Amino acid sequence: MTLQFNDETFREDYSFHNSERAIKRFPFPFDKDSYMYAVNMEQHRGGPSDSIYEKRFDVDEHYVSEMRDRAMVLADDPLRCQSLPHMTLAGWDLLELIMVSKSEDYPDLFELHRDGDKWHWVNKPLGIDDHFTFMDETTLPYGPMEYITRQTQGDFCVLDQRDDNLWMDAGTITTQADWSLDFDIGMNFFEWHAPVPLAHEKGIFVRALKFLLNIQQSAPARRLNWTMTVNPLLDTSPENYHKWGIQKTSLTPENIGAKQHLRVELQTFFRLPRSNALVFPIRCYLCAFQDLMTVPKWGRRLHRVIRDLPEELATYKGFIDNRPMMLDYLSKFDDGLPTSNGIWPEIDSEPPLKSD
Amino acid sequence: MSGAEKIAVRVTEVTPLNDLVTRFRFERLDGALLPTFSGGAHTVVEMKDGDVTRLNPYSLMSDPFDQTAYTISVRRDDEGRGGSLFLHNSVSVGDEMIISNPVNLFSLDLRAKKHLMIAGGIGITPSLAQIKQLDRAHGNWELHYACRSVALGSYVDYLTSTHPNDVNVYYDDQNQAIDLENLFSGQPLGTHVYVCGPKGMINWVRGKAAELGWPREAIHYEEFLAPQPGKPFEVKLAVSNKVIQVGEQESLLEAMERSGVDAPYLCRGGACGMCETRVIDYTGNFIHRDHWLDDEEHSSGEKIMPCVSRFEGKTLVLDR
Repeated sequence: MTLQFNDETFREDYSFHNSERAIKRFPFPFDKDSYMYAVNMEQHRGGPSDSIYEKRFDVDEHYVSEMRDRAMVLADDPLRCQSLPHMTLAGWDLLELIMVSKSEDYPDLFELHRDGDKWHWVNKPLGIDDHFTFMDETTLPYGPMEYITRQTQGDFCVLDQRDDNLWMDAGTITTQADWSLDFDIGMNFFEWHAPVPLAHEKGIFVRALKFLLNIQQSAPARRLNWTMTVNPLLDTSPENYHKWGIQKTSLTPENIGAKQHLRVELQTFFRLPRSNALVFPIRCYLCAFQDLMTVPKWGRRLHRVIRDLPEELATYKGFIDNRPMMLDYLSKFDDGLPTSNGIWPEIDSEPPLKSD
Repeated sequence: MSGAEKIAVRVTEVTPLNDLVTRFRFERLDGALLPTFSGGAHTVVEMKDGDVTRLNPYSLMSDPFDQTAYTISVRRDDEGRGGSLFLHNSVSVGDEMIISNPVNLFSLDLRAKKHLMIAGGIGITPSLAQIKQLDRAHGNWELHYACRSVALGSYVDYLTSTHPNDVNVYYDDQNQAIDLENLFSGQPLGTHVYVCGPKGMINWVRGKAAELGWPREAIHYEEFLAPQPGKPFEVKLAVSNKVIQVGEQESLLEAMERSGVDAPYLCRGGACGMCETRVIDYTGNFIHRDHWLDDEEHSSGEKIMPCVSRFEGKTLVLDR
């Protein structure tokens, strides 16, 4: 299926939109009618055809517009992309991983031709055609990590592994759920997760770290995480909180279906071979409530999850004040019928919404 | 399936280096390129020796960026359970084997201002790959390599001819020894130490570094333990609902695998922590041999590393 790239914005007039195809493949994160933290990791080795799990780095209809938004964020604030000096090798690892994956997974969009260290990279959607020398930074317009992450959807944390811990020593972070690379740079796994409520007490991070330290070459892993965003904003950073935080007060019962978005992160984890670092791509998918409600199973389930979510989590995820209005809206899509297990939409087998 | 991803390879060279050490070269069966890796990584080699399958870790010594082949060097251990003897006596050019993807538990700290490597005997192998990696990045390194004798000094000629200023060799039979205190006191701030060799050498280097006030994080070491033979014992596996016998010549992990239990593992040498198993009940004594659990955990009777540790006594029930 040929991809049509949307011409859309994630700021000001917010012309971002999901096609019917994009809604159907949206990574709805709840596999049952309630939610609590878990180390919900699985292997990242493909998935159902056309699902976001199918390719190593999913490219969708938002690709070109997302890359345009990233360039704007970086122009305003270069500190969104940082790499400590010892992380350059990991940057080359990441560049190689993405170029090889994309050229193999999307041969009609990306090409990589290698002759020893002489590489030729073609990115058709972005109109890039570059020749460079692998491992020679002077032959690229940016460092290797910045070069390739300006061409790949999702944020990228590049984590050094040492002393039985992971260290946030490089990254490109422009589509984040309210955390800052500039603040977290150089921190270890426990330090940068310190603000998360409840999970520490449950020992989640000790187990998650142990799992991540043992991720091996050729065996990547993945999980989903989620939060809520008013308006389809990619850049919900602390640096720009003064711009987007206030928008949370603009919700009304009339506009909530269009303005309130479920924000889902596909988090993947790859061991990088030459540096032994770990790359942690965080890919953000947005879907308006009114689009989610076109899937009856998701309508029923989202209402139940949001209704029963512990207060600490609703506060941490930043929607405690809007929860009553969300529930008023969502309850109209919950007729009390049971839902099937798993995250998939099951449009053919789940009954349509019962009308009163 | 437990362990790192597997790669099917063919043995393309078997090169005896001296009385004890032989080098093996592996290339992919399907003709594709092997993954790159980082200096200090090992591969786990599967050996089908009659009815017994052994999985032993060996450090990769080839250039980490060379994707055409991996090489390992294996020291023959006449006292061991036979993994190295199998490689020396039964593996020849053309054989097909299974090895694992590279796993690195002995990685360079790329922040280091200088990398100081201390190797003993066959412990030279990870240093060889680390040196290749550092040379490519114009890294600052220095090697101190202790061997038993000139005849057993694997790769001494290669190292001293390619890096005459950075390699220092010491021969035990000529009573040469590394002057560790002097060596440490001359290092610039930001130096990281990597030691690979026999247990005594690792303990000596770690002890001296601690005594001289070096930060713990600046001292890196790797010692793969081979499982040691011992008295047979019986184990009850609660989750699998099986009672298994661990033979004299096999490890607890191997006995579980032989019984069809897919137990997690990675290094099989007591270092990585992957096979850690909870003890539900026991009457008897543990013979802990791993580097993973600390002294308190060893004496608690709550955990065991089945890749290298054993048990003597009446009852052992594991959460597996």
